[in-house]
Amino acid sequence: MKFTINGQSYDADPDVRTSVLDLLREHVGLTGSKKGCDHGQCGACTVLINGRRVNSCLTLAVMHQDDEITTIEGLGTPEDLHPMQAAFVAHDGYQCGYCTPGQICSAVGMLDEAKKGWASHVSDDLTTSDLSNEEISERMSGNICRCAAYSNIVDAIRDVAGADA
Amino acid sequence: MKSFTYEKADSLTAAVTDVSPTTRFIAGGTNLLDLMKLQVETPAKLVDISRLPLGDIEEMEGAGLRIGALVPNSDLAADPRVIARYEVLSRALLAGASGQLRNKATTGGNLLQRTRCYYFYDPSTACNKRAPGSGCSAMAGFNRILAILGTSDHCIATHPGDMPVAMRALDATIVTLKPDGDKRRISIHDFYRLPGDTPDVETVLERGELITHVELPAPPEGARQLYRKVRDRASYAFALVSVAGVVTMADGKIASAALAFGGLGPMPWRDEAVEAALVGQVPSDAVFGAAADALLKEAKGFGSNDFKIPLTRRTLIACLRDLTGAK
Repeated sequence: MKFTINGQSYDADPDVRTSVLDLLREHVGLTGSKKGCDHGQCGACTVLINGRRVNSCLTLAVMHQDDEITTIEGLGTPEDLHPMQAAFVAHDGYQCGYCTPGQICSAVGMLDEAKKGWASHVSDDLTTSDLSNEEISERMSGNICRCAAYSNIVDAIRDVAGADA
Repeated sequence: MKSFTYEKADSLTAAVTDVSPTTRFIAGGTNLLDLMKLQVETPAKLVDISRLPLGDIEEMEGAGLRIGALVPNSDLAADPRVIARYEVLSRALLAGASGQLRNKATTGGNLLQRTRCYYFYDPSTACNKRAPGSGCSAMAGFNRILAILGTSDHCIATHPGDMPVAMRALDATIVTLKPDGDKRRISIHDFYRLPGDTPDVETVLERGELITHVELPAPPEGARQLYRKVRDRASYAFALVSVAGVVTMADGKIASAALAFGGLGPMPWRDEAVEAALVGQVPSDAVFGAAADALLKEAKGFGSNDFKIPLTRRTLIACLRDLTGAK
């Protein structure tokens, strides 16, 4: 099977049961995406597939041979950080760091959703997508941080959202 | 996870050829794969329908919408036509799951979501839905999230969805394709089955039958629409009680009311008696209370979910105040 990950082509022959997350970590050696719950509840495995954020633990690799998968390794490098990575560093948006790759991929996908005008559960008006702290918290509720670095995570995301606007 | 064979369907006709009871369709997979990891589901074969041409939302004659079964929850919630005409549906979708899950979960799959009963998910316990005839561990167990309406001696599971609750208030029709090539149109009111003594059978779908579309008729002119979800935390949790409401007013009276409920029963719940108690009445808390009486007449708690009965009453009354403009 062929997979496109972070713009690069990879050959791998995973068992049919292999999730995208296990493909990344066990077959391709990209261990940035983390396995927390493996049931779509924690968000640590969040990656972008064709630009949309999804839980990589809850989808099969075999179903994504024609898709573009982007992981934390594809967003930026230590020398050339993605703006969201830089903002997490600047705002100290983590303690242990385990949820961070998922938080960052999720935040990047979420800002793209907001840019498209998608509303959220807390939006009074479903035709707007202004990102207040409350909006950011709601839109990021699929990412759990057991160290509870939430307030700094929200600050980091708001920083990037503001820079985007 | 048990192993299985995988087949990618390249056409609708090819997708519905397999009527084996151990074959499952997979699209978003967010619920099915979760259940397969726990070996609650152990299909011998998965038919991948995710690339079939069922991803569009189209206008129907008479201002209705036809929604392809593969339209993701996120896209359906954000569709300008859905927001303008079916706000209750958009609100219900946005109240469900997380951003990541809504990006993957599909319209057809969401209708078929399985219960989140703890015992259904735990193969070491008795569950008539998972293992018919094994008993029900929930009735005398932790049943805080489970049903108070439509239960049987065999099962007290709740349907976990939000989207289907709104669709039930909107009188949706589910369109399917059967293995013999016939299309079937099923009213959402006839789609789900009560558990009775076969709680493992949840819908009227036949083996190999595939949901292709959901059709929504035009909503009543000038209707107020609302979806209220009461849950244990503010986001990313299943409903304890939810209400989808579509109400019209005329001359200070309730002209029409469609009310559906999540978190209460084995299916998105709707009861004509509730609506009959409202239509033609001048809105008041006494009228709303009579509607709640009608809804909860046969409600039965199982201990830790007893609280749902008063919670449902209060939630319904609060929703009706908003929907009718009553103070």
